[in-house]
Amino acid sequence: MRPIIAVLLLAAAAAWAQDTCLECHEALEGDLQAPAKAFADDIHRERGFGCADCHGGDPTAMDPEEAMSPAKGFRGAIRRRRIPELCARCHSNPGLMHRYDPQQRVDQLAQYRTSVHGKRLAAGDENVATCVDCHSVHDIRKVKDPLSPVYPLRIVVTCARCHADEKLMAKYNLWATQPEDYKASVHWKALAERGDLSAPSCASCHGNHGATPPQVSSVAAVCGLCHVLQEQFFDKSPHYEAFTELGLSGCVVCHGNHRIEHPTDKMLSIEGGVCGKCHEAGTPAAEIAGRIQGLLQRLSGEMERARAILDEARTAGIEVSEAEIQLVQARDNLLKARVTVHSFDVEAVRKDIDEGLKMAATAYEAGVDALKERDRRRLGLVFSLVAIAVTIIGLWLAIRSREQQTAAPTDAGRG
Amino acid sequence: MAPAAIARIRWWLEDRLGLETVKEFLAHKSVPRHSATMWYYFGGITLFLFGIQVATGILLLLYYRPSPNEAYESVQFIMTQVDFGWLIRSVHSWAANLMILAAFIHMFSVVFLHAYRAPRELTWLTGIVLLGLALGFGFSGYLLPWNTISFFATKVGTDIAADVPLIGPALARFLRGGADVSGGTLTRFFGFHVAVLPGITTLVLLLHLALVQKWNISVPPKVEQEYRQRGQEVPRIPFVPDFILRELMAWYITLAILGVLAALFPWELGEKADPFAPAPAGIRPEWYFLAPFYTLKLIPSRVWFVEGEVLGVICFGLLALAWACLPFWASRRDGTIRTRLVTGAGVLLVSYLAVFSALGYWR
Repeated sequence: MRPIIAVLLLAAAAAWAQDTCLECHEALEGDLQAPAKAFADDIHRERGFGCADCHGGDPTAMDPEEAMSPAKGFRGAIRRRRIPELCARCHSNPGLMHRYDPQQRVDQLAQYRTSVHGKRLAAGDENVATCVDCHSVHDIRKVKDPLSPVYPLRIVVTCARCHADEKLMAKYNLWATQPEDYKASVHWKALAERGDLSAPSCASCHGNHGATPPQVSSVAAVCGLCHVLQEQFFDKSPHYEAFTELGLSGCVVCHGNHRIEHPTDKMLSIEGGVCGKCHEAGTPAAEIAGRIQGLLQRLSGEMERARAILDEARTAGIEVSEAEIQLVQARDNLLKARVTVHSFDVEAVRKDIDEGLKMAATAYEAGVDALKERDRRRLGLVFSLVAIAVTIIGLWLAIRSREQQTAAPTDAGRG
Repeated sequence: MAPAAIARIRWWLEDRLGLETVKEFLAHKSVPRHSATMWYYFGGITLFLFGIQVATGILLLLYYRPSPNEAYESVQFIMTQVDFGWLIRSVHSWAANLMILAAFIHMFSVVFLHAYRAPRELTWLTGIVLLGLALGFGFSGYLLPWNTISFFATKVGTDIAADVPLIGPALARFLRGGADVSGGTLTRFFGFHVAVLPGITTLVLLLHLALVQKWNISVPPKVEQEYRQRGQEVPRIPFVPDFILRELMAWYITLAILGVLAALFPWELGEKADPFAPAPAGIRPEWYFLAPFYTLKLIPSRVWFVEGEVLGVICFGLLALAWACLPFWASRRDGTIRTRLVTGAGVLLVSYLAVFSALGYWR
């Protein structure tokens, strides 16, 4: 009896529903219900697309068999290898895409075919990522939607679903540590902690639809997309030719790739720094590294000295905001010098450092003046308090004297 | 100058001003002296601090510029470039806070010593108006340096004003000079701070002092009763010089406290206000507005069918009205005072202000 009632109810629901696929699947359970539930948040549904646009069939038919009939073009679950082409029916159609999003690119399929994922899929490997593995299946959201799996803050988790899987990656002779390494990097900190959505995530360096690892020759170009000046200095430095000859991949040699930590002046050390990887102590190159490191450390030290004295003055309530601007300018010069380091030219670095030292010295002098001012104020306070105390004592003596003068007659009066 | 010339000038002035009458009046004026007299010095201390506010305010006016582009920079200039500018600004800010503290102590001493009773009802009422004006000075002056904290605190303050039933939105618009806190608000608050409020305050202050002079300083009922039981009269001291000397001593002690605070803890300027920046965390008003501010935060957003903040504002309004009417509900029909009720209400109010201000500061 119950199955008959269920079929009757489903048929009744389907009779007035516009999309019978959703109506029926929402009433089902488990895996058959999940796609219909998820589709509620899908961008395609918002734009008027339905299940049949991908899966075929007749969404107006009330009879399930008729709705899912091969005669009506029903395709059922889409084979993984056919997914890119299926998505591309619309996403590679400029006329159609411009109707919904004129700025949307339409070359995703072409790019995908150049990617490692696309090439392997074409070769019959169905383990690789297709459109739905990154964008999700039935609850596809706009890329700018913070809940989208390809939103900058979530993309590392999406890539990690495969690239952190040791067993899966072992099949391709790949490490599975990249996502973890990236999460320890300065880029992830900028993205996740500072909320800077322009900071690079996986796709920023590897590309998205055309995802491929940057080759040795193109690493510097990838980093140079953001670190423009560093790339320019590096290209003119003696390292450029040497690295090219040795087949070393530019930036990665010193900074690493996924686990890019905050660079420090200590990197220029021979002992425990990155320069020591290639250069031995006592060589001319080691001497250059040492001189550059010394210049950077000198400015850092002077800035710390100025910072300390300005902090002391501010704590004492002295207004030092103008001197703090000088210190900010000194910091700008230090940052500039740290960029110029990529030229490995001592004189070029010295020029920036000297400018910074002037600023730091001005800030320090302002701090010294501020502390002198603090001492003057305190001395002035002491003199003022002494004068006030003397006056109070004088007043107290006058009051006592008045009390003594009036005490006898008052007491007599009370008696 | 020859004694004869001095005598001629004195005669000339006496002829035109009648100074002898004033001298005669002061020579005969006396005030009661008893164990609680010290609490009455706080009225004089409040007056002294008001005088300092006027003097330092005038000096600040020489350099201050009331526009969003120049206000912060002009205060910064006062603090760094003008000789003793830092001291003038710091004294002005500290004296403002001490003045409000002294006014509160003065008000509660009047409550606990029952000095509000007939015929001093109008003295109490003018005092309450003066306290309100002092809070107005504090609220309007807080915005003038145009720093981040003052900007957002004014936003919060005027938002609360918007919750006043019926006239709230119009009142908030009037205070802000527009839909939101802007340069217009700064100009407006400057006008209130240096012209409107000082004018009204001077008039009410003169009335308050005239009433104090007319009805003299009150003697607490308990002290009066003690002396009556002993068959004695409450002793009195001459206003000049005995009381004046004591008051002067209190003023000098206040000056010393003010000097220490201003020199060792100069009032900070903070960061320049950026109207387009998000409000920083932990924005709170000056300490004297903390208790109502924290209470409003505790009230649920909706109580029955009334918005929480509106309900809070209504309750505070009614409480302030009841407090202002204290002399009228404190006395019975036979003229005696409900001392226990008033003392209880006073203790309750002091406890509420202390606890909620502390909670508002630390939470």
